[in-house]
Amino acid sequence: MRRVYCDANATTPLLPEVLEAMHPYWMERFGNASSIHTPGQQARTAVDQARESVARFLNCHDAEVAFNSGGTEGANTAIFGMLRAGDHLITTSIEHSAVLRAAERAAERGASVTFVGPQPDGLIDPETIRAALRPQTRLISVMLANNETGVVQPVEEIGKIAAAADAFFYIDAVQGAGKLPLDVRRLRCHVLTISAHKMHGPKGVGAMYVRRGTPLDALLVGGSHERRLRAGTQNVPAIVGLGKAVELAMESLEDGTMERVAQLRDRLEAGILEIAGTSVNGAGAPRVANTANIRFEQVEGEALVIALDLKGVAVSGGSACHSGSTEPSHVLLAMGLDKNAARASLRFSLLKTATWEDVDQVLRVVPEAVEHLRALAPV
Amino acid sequence: MSGGVDSSTAAAILARSGETVVGLTLQLWDQTRLAGKHGIPDAPKAGRCCSLDDVYDARRVAEHLGIPYYVVNQEERFERDVVRPFVDEYLAGRTPIPCSLCNNHLKFDQLLKTARSIGAGRIATGHYAVNEYDKARGRWILKRPADLAKDQTYFLFGLTQEQLAHTLFPLGRMTKPEVRAAARRHGLKLADKPDSQEICFIPGGDYKRFLTAYLEEQGEPMPETAGELVAAAGEVLGRHEGIFNFTVGQRKGLSAAERPLGPAPLYVLKIDPVTHRVTVGADAALGTHALRARGVNWISIPELRGPMRVRVKIRHRHEPAWATLEPASPGEAVAAFDQPQRAVTPGQAAVFYDGDEVVGGGWIV
Repeated sequence: MRRVYCDANATTPLLPEVLEAMHPYWMERFGNASSIHTPGQQARTAVDQARESVARFLNCHDAEVAFNSGGTEGANTAIFGMLRAGDHLITTSIEHSAVLRAAERAAERGASVTFVGPQPDGLIDPETIRAALRPQTRLISVMLANNETGVVQPVEEIGKIAAAADAFFYIDAVQGAGKLPLDVRRLRCHVLTISAHKMHGPKGVGAMYVRRGTPLDALLVGGSHERRLRAGTQNVPAIVGLGKAVELAMESLEDGTMERVAQLRDRLEAGILEIAGTSVNGAGAPRVANTANIRFEQVEGEALVIALDLKGVAVSGGSACHSGSTEPSHVLLAMGLDKNAARASLRFSLLKTATWEDVDQVLRVVPEAVEHLRALAPV
Repeated sequence: MSGGVDSSTAAAILARSGETVVGLTLQLWDQTRLAGKHGIPDAPKAGRCCSLDDVYDARRVAEHLGIPYYVVNQEERFERDVVRPFVDEYLAGRTPIPCSLCNNHLKFDQLLKTARSIGAGRIATGHYAVNEYDKARGRWILKRPADLAKDQTYFLFGLTQEQLAHTLFPLGRMTKPEVRAAARRHGLKLADKPDSQEICFIPGGDYKRFLTAYLEEQGEPMPETAGELVAAAGEVLGRHEGIFNFTVGQRKGLSAAERPLGPAPLYVLKIDPVTHRVTVGADAALGTHALRARGVNWISIPELRGPMRVRVKIRHRHEPAWATLEPASPGEAVAAFDQPQRAVTPGQAAVFYDGDEVVGGGWIV
């Protein structure tokens, strides 16, 4: 059976160059980047080179980059590291759960939180952020691109609002990084976080941009690693992998890869929309190149995910709940879809290595599976 | 796959026999939902479907067998078709059996739909029951299993011909010790996991706490069902705090002031959902000569046309008792027992047996 992986927003495979770059740092150059001796210096050099790559990727200074364990840690650090009791946070109802749960916990600890909802097309209207401002607003937290719909948020506008209000601005860029050009100066953010495994790097590593002078407390304390922003021995091979992944991502952003991915996604979307009773969630809003969130009327999305998987097509629907089953997507619900419509929606997210053959294969499998499901369960 | 020995072994037997098997777990209830409220235990552990440990166990079995495995979320349907009716039945003074509702609505109906939607022809479960097609009668028959101590046919009376035709019960001809041995033979680490006993969504087994916590969560007041406690002759003995506290046949502890009838133990004879009056009396008064069942599903016969001699089981651990079954109004049947049966309880199922075969069953009115 030919398998096609259409769940790049969940995770991506390493590119061969990434694996190769990481290779020496497991056994030969195994040193602790904090050690004084030569093995330590070798590791430190590798970490600093990766830091430089990430700094170029984000358009910031090396010293503004701290490595961590990934997107969730980044979001938790931004929220908990910035908010005290009495502070006000503005965020959105379509954030990743790493932000939402952290915001809820901050609220339990005495901060106040405003969750701003999106428009029906999935876009956050910057004016709703402005309207939520209070004198106590310390932090505004908005994602760059939504993981489920791919909708790109107007973070530049929101950055201006934050600056005018003298509030700190955090961007969860886990889904946007590698798919969109990033420039933290233009975005006027104070903290921005990325994760390696969403852009063909290894799992368990990420980075945060922390603008110089930003009063951000570390989540993990201990040694003085990462300029005291994140204690813990650096995961050198993973950091090297992240460095390589962002270098390759910068190339892909310039060499036409993203345009090609957009064409593939558009072909996939057009092909699926030929099936009756389908529509794109987030249509009309600017979206990252690889994501199509499609609603299949009168189809139980969870069953379609399983049926497609058994036919070799890996997609996702909804968000994983505690047991590993799925709940209707909070993002789609926030966009105004009812539970049934949200449950009938699936996310196709293409790898940047996707091919026309992949898309053709998906288009061979999906219409048949949808038809089968609809024939069984006439609503 | 619930994460228990039975469904795991059923999956192992089929997978090892060369069938193409897909493992499914129905996520029915979030065990953390009411945890810690009104004394409901905090951390449900193994032995209850949908606890994280059990989903983990089910997944490990699927991984061990090398079969695809998915968790399917049916929490909304479970709440609508099982939990809510369970609550409403208690509030109406009856004693529900959620497992039968779950079998009817979730484990067979919904699971079969899910199976078909993913391209599977049949479902298999770890129930102890036997199903086979009888050519002469042109019907699928449900029979008691080899291990009568584990017989689950009482909970399966609602199965339709369509469901029986597309269901496999790989354990039906095995005893529990044989199942555990097979689990060991197939390398399943949970071969010695204890059986689950309680109602899966009521950790700790205290349904009264569950009712209180559930209604509070729903923002509904506990209906006022307090009323009089009366003796069979009509004499008022005292008051009670709500009819949902009682089950027919339950022994009722009474204070000395309430005991004009003397020291003999008293049992709940009748719960009146309208007047909220609870009648108590001596054990001997619990006997009932007949019952009426509604929502009857027939399995071995297309319908009941005249009197039929059957044995009737009126609760899970009840030894089926001889009775004559007669048709009543549509969807109903009346069973007249040869010997009076103790504590015929409205809300429970009455399942009719002809030898090993399940003739059908319904809900006791």
